[in-house]
Amino acid sequence: MDRFTLNSQLEHLQSKHVGTGHADTTRYEWLVNQHRDTLAAMVGHTHLTAFMALAEHESMARVRYNLKSKMIAPCHRQGPTPVAPVDGDETADMDTSL
Amino acid sequence: MSAKQFLAELEAEGADLDPMRVDDPQTSRRIADRESAYHARRRDRALSPDRADVFAAGGSSTDANGGRSYAEVMKLAEIDREEHRVRQELARREREDVDMDRPPVVPGEPVVQETPRRRARRWDQTPVAPPTDNGAAVSVAKSSWDAEEPSAHKPSRWDETPRAAPSTGDGVTPRKRSRWDETPVAVTRSRWDETPRVDATPGGTAAKRSRWDETPVNVNSNAAGGVMATPSAAAASGVPQTPLAFMPNATTEMELRNMPQSDAELDALLPAEGYRILEPPVSYVPIRTPARKITATPAHTGFHIPEDGSGPRASDMPAVAAAALVDLPMLKQEDMQFFGKLLEDRDEAALSIDELKERKILRLLLKIKNGTPPVRKVALRQITDKARDFGPGPLFNQILPLLMSPALEDQERHLLVKVIDRVLYKLDDLVRPYVHKILVVIEPLLIDEDYYARVEGREIISNLAKAAGLATMIATMRPDIDHVDEYVRNTTARAFAVVASALGIPALLPFLKAVCRSKKSWQARHTGAKIIQQIAVLMGCAVLPHLKNLVAALVDAVEDKDQQKVRTMAALALAALAEAAHPYGIESFDIVIQPLWEGVRKHRGKGLAAFLKAIGSLIPLMDTEAAAYYTEEVMSVVVREFQSPDDEMRKVVLKVVKQCVATDGIEPDYVRRQVLDEFFRHFWVRRMALDRRNAKPLVETTVELAKKAGVGVVLDRLVPDLKDESEAFRKMVMDALEQIVAAMGLADVDDELEARLIDGMLFAFQEQTTEDVVMLNAFGTVVNALGTRVHPYLAQIFSMLKWRLANKSAKVRQQTADLVARIAVVLRTCGEEGMLSNLGQIFYENLGEEYPEVLGSILGALKAVVNVIGMANMEPPIRDLLPRLTPILRNRHEKVQENVIDLVGRIADRGAEHVAAREWMRICFELLDMLKAHRKAIRRAAVNTFGYIAKAIGPQDVLGTLLSNLKVQERQNRVCTTVAIAIVAETCSPFTVLPALMCEYRVPELNVQNGVLKSLSFMFEYIGEMGKDYVYAVTPLLEDALIDRDLVHRQTACTTVKHLALGVAGLNCEDAMVHLLNHVWPNIFETSPHVINAVMDAIEALRVALGPGVLINYVVQGLFHPARRVREVYWKIYNAMYIGAQDALVPYYPRIASDERNRWARDELYYF
Repeated sequence: MDRFTLNSQLEHLQSKHVGTGHADTTRYEWLVNQHRDTLAAMVGHTHLTAFMALAEHESMARVRYNLKSKMIAPCHRQGPTPVAPVDGDETADMDTSL
Repeated sequence: MSAKQFLAELEAEGADLDPMRVDDPQTSRRIADRESAYHARRRDRALSPDRADVFAAGGSSTDANGGRSYAEVMKLAEIDREEHRVRQELARREREDVDMDRPPVVPGEPVVQETPRRRARRWDQTPVAPPTDNGAAVSVAKSSWDAEEPSAHKPSRWDETPRAAPSTGDGVTPRKRSRWDETPVAVTRSRWDETPRVDATPGGTAAKRSRWDETPVNVNSNAAGGVMATPSAAAASGVPQTPLAFMPNATTEMELRNMPQSDAELDALLPAEGYRILEPPVSYVPIRTPARKITATPAHTGFHIPEDGSGPRASDMPAVAAAALVDLPMLKQEDMQFFGKLLEDRDEAALSIDELKERKILRLLLKIKNGTPPVRKVALRQITDKARDFGPGPLFNQILPLLMSPALEDQERHLLVKVIDRVLYKLDDLVRPYVHKILVVIEPLLIDEDYYARVEGREIISNLAKAAGLATMIATMRPDIDHVDEYVRNTTARAFAVVASALGIPALLPFLKAVCRSKKSWQARHTGAKIIQQIAVLMGCAVLPHLKNLVAALVDAVEDKDQQKVRTMAALALAALAEAAHPYGIESFDIVIQPLWEGVRKHRGKGLAAFLKAIGSLIPLMDTEAAAYYTEEVMSVVVREFQSPDDEMRKVVLKVVKQCVATDGIEPDYVRRQVLDEFFRHFWVRRMALDRRNAKPLVETTVELAKKAGVGVVLDRLVPDLKDESEAFRKMVMDALEQIVAAMGLADVDDELEARLIDGMLFAFQEQTTEDVVMLNAFGTVVNALGTRVHPYLAQIFSMLKWRLANKSAKVRQQTADLVARIAVVLRTCGEEGMLSNLGQIFYENLGEEYPEVLGSILGALKAVVNVIGMANMEPPIRDLLPRLTPILRNRHEKVQENVIDLVGRIADRGAEHVAAREWMRICFELLDMLKAHRKAIRRAAVNTFGYIAKAIGPQDVLGTLLSNLKVQERQNRVCTTVAIAIVAETCSPFTVLPALMCEYRVPELNVQNGVLKSLSFMFEYIGEMGKDYVYAVTPLLEDALIDRDLVHRQTACTTVKHLALGVAGLNCEDAMVHLLNHVWPNIFETSPHVINAVMDAIEALRVALGPGVLINYVVQGLFHPARRVREVYWKIYNAMYIGAQDALVPYYPRIASDERNRWARDELYYF
């Protein structure tokens, strides 16, 4: 077991999962995955769905349907006009402080 | 006789006596020496020339790369068959001519029995170009055609080797030319020479001057053309490795050439006058078994012509590591003919590219075959990496002949097969022209006796199938399906099954159906059925989805009109399918039940066996009523066949009984009335005990019968046999008893039978001459099953035990001790404490036993006794017993060590207070040595015992001993010591150990510090959440270790962090964990595999302890770093984290501002 096989095995294992990345993953792919994960989490946890249904004043089934449909293209511009970029420059777009 | 005489005798025996020679063919490492005659038939196959690759880019189907096309191959196969038929016919006629009074016996294939169709075509027109004299100019296809041609019958053969006549001619031998003279290479099949080896070596007997004596001269004078008697495929293809690729072809060629010539042929060849037919010598006995022939002539390729005069002659080179082979491993004598070339001192610059390649490949192969593991590893990697540069042709032309070499050993074969496997991956579809060659070499592995060889063979063929694709595989193997040789068909069928499992059954189904219904030859139908059988055997329940189709393919074959063999094989295939499908899929078999049923009624002998087997395998699949119906019907036939003398039939019958009896449909009463008596009369006979392969199914079937009919009735019939004269038979009875009792207990047995049973068992047990574990198991099982019921017989058993424990034979004592270990519990439940103490006393007195095996068993028995009666009541008392055990701890025998350490550990655990602390310390010192035992069980037991002792006498002294042991050199010892320290810490609470341990870390010695870290790591692993009390205590130490220069130091520290973090997850120690994470994190760029593994593990563990939210803040820093190597590491960590806690990550992703094309904001998260 040398270092090449060890790493490649691990990477191979990891790559079987959807949502994992590699050195050439683009920003777009990564972010779309985050969005899908978020939507999936909302669908998967009943409490979150219920909370959203309350907030949107919709039925839970409707909310679930909306979330799922949104998963197809989660980041595409749709609906309301975009919010202008906060500072207007690209460097600020990775805001790690939550 | 004095010693000198012996010496003289030895010298007289000659210097050529090799003391290392392997004489026994069974133990020889060479495969060729061990294999049976059938397996040896693999040598009869020739490595056929390359095939055309119709799929090659731009290649037309005719002749893209010079290989044979499918049509040609099929034609050749046809000719082969025809030729076989003709030769058989000729042989038959000759025999008829020779002795008219003897009826013609035709061996082998029954095809001859059918009236042969004569086809004129073959003799009128040769489908291939007529042969020419010039060997070098012969095309590939042509030369191999010659190799497969029957040599002797064809006149053109003689045109081709014109030198034969002149060379023998100018020899002007005074002796008459007799027919064996013209082929002096008659190594394998010459008629009368019993010592063929002498003939094979040039310059052997002076009396027989043959042209081979002169060939070297010939070589020097001639340049290239006309040198070779047999223009081989490889020679013609321009690859100049004559002796290698030439070899297998030569084998076949030799055999064909040296076929006995018929008298008629000889009459035609030789002038009528001046010749007389010699009688064979009286002492001559022909060698009939091919296996022996091969062993008789190890240099079986015989003579080969060196490339040029200056090169060393392989045959007379000693086994050397010559100066030319500076960096090459040893060459053995047999290797010379393959690797002799490497010995030639040639100027590398003058060689052509092909020659260079060839030398390079040879060199690598030699390293792989004979080199030490590291050398081999490097060579294997090189040959794999360069496979595509070398090209498939040169590679396989070297590897495959090597695999056919008669001198091959298991290990070498394994290595070469590995090479093929690796190379296949690289070459991929380039292998297509070589598929058949590879198959010829690999197929025999599929029927090898060695399981691993079979697995290897399967692996290769399935990789080959994946590389070459289905179409190529079918096209390549199709001609072999109706090959005349049964061996070839057999191996091909197995190979096809492997292909089916590799590429999926559906892909192969249409082909299979066609083959099974072939109108042209019964061999094809037979092979088709066999393929399906092998598929079932190989794939098991994976046949289920295709069951219907597979069965449908066999329907016609089961009712084959004219060949019994096809019907039999089809029935066997159905049996295999049914067994593979069990318990599903009966509906797929509906169409064949009727024919099978009729077959059972119609057939006799072998055919019946096959049909019975099929029905027997189908019955377990049926529903209850159908099964009952068929069972009842089939049972009458089966019971009738009980008396069959045929071994095969008996095996099948046993199996059918077993399967039928196991079904629900059959009534216990029916079995008792109709089956049992007959069964016992015909099967429980001494003959069955002789062969293990018979005994095992018999016992299994009997167990099945007992399950159905009840233990009582079966035991009633078995018990009298316990007093049989034959020991093997008694053993078989005991075996059956054991399995029956273990499965069903003895509740069904009445008092009278019980008495007889015990009586018989005691007889069988006492009368055994070879102490067998079967007897032991059976006795132990029965006594345990009887429980308190055995009480009346205990006195008897006890006296037997006592007598046997004092027996002279060590084996008897050992077995008896083992038996006591098994039945001690029953003695206790029967209230016989007196007996137990008595036995304990006997064992105690026997502790001076000299045989380690026996001593081990005695210790085991003692342990059982101590366990049962308890420490306090033990007789002799523990305080006397333990000091006697201490010196035994020094015994080096594994069995003794294991048992004694178990016993000591048990005493330390349960009855430590009976012994003085000083004695325990002494034992501690003895135990340290045990920490480096080879067996893990011993090391483990020793480590646990440390824990018990530490608990008994307090940790201080034990710990002192262990800590000083950290300074020793031996790694194994240190590792075990660290484990022991951790165990002591666990059993005596960490706070008793930790101060001393941390203090030890200050010793400025790498081994000690590492040992301390490792102990901490094990300790935290063992104590789990208890670790939270010690986090803040050890953090400074870990901090220091994590910033150490030494790599191993940091690695061990990371492991410690991992266990610590996992232990304290969720216990409010986050501050310390973040602190440790900050120290672990800088190590993520380490490259040493163990270190990076430990670091990643530590990070994973910290993720668990801290939650992914903290960790992602570390990770996002590097995910899009400009340097790829940084990104790679960070993504790896991210992936691990993502897989571990994907859901929990959702709220922690960084907030990203949207741009004009995409909305990155996750609005849902901001609902309020």
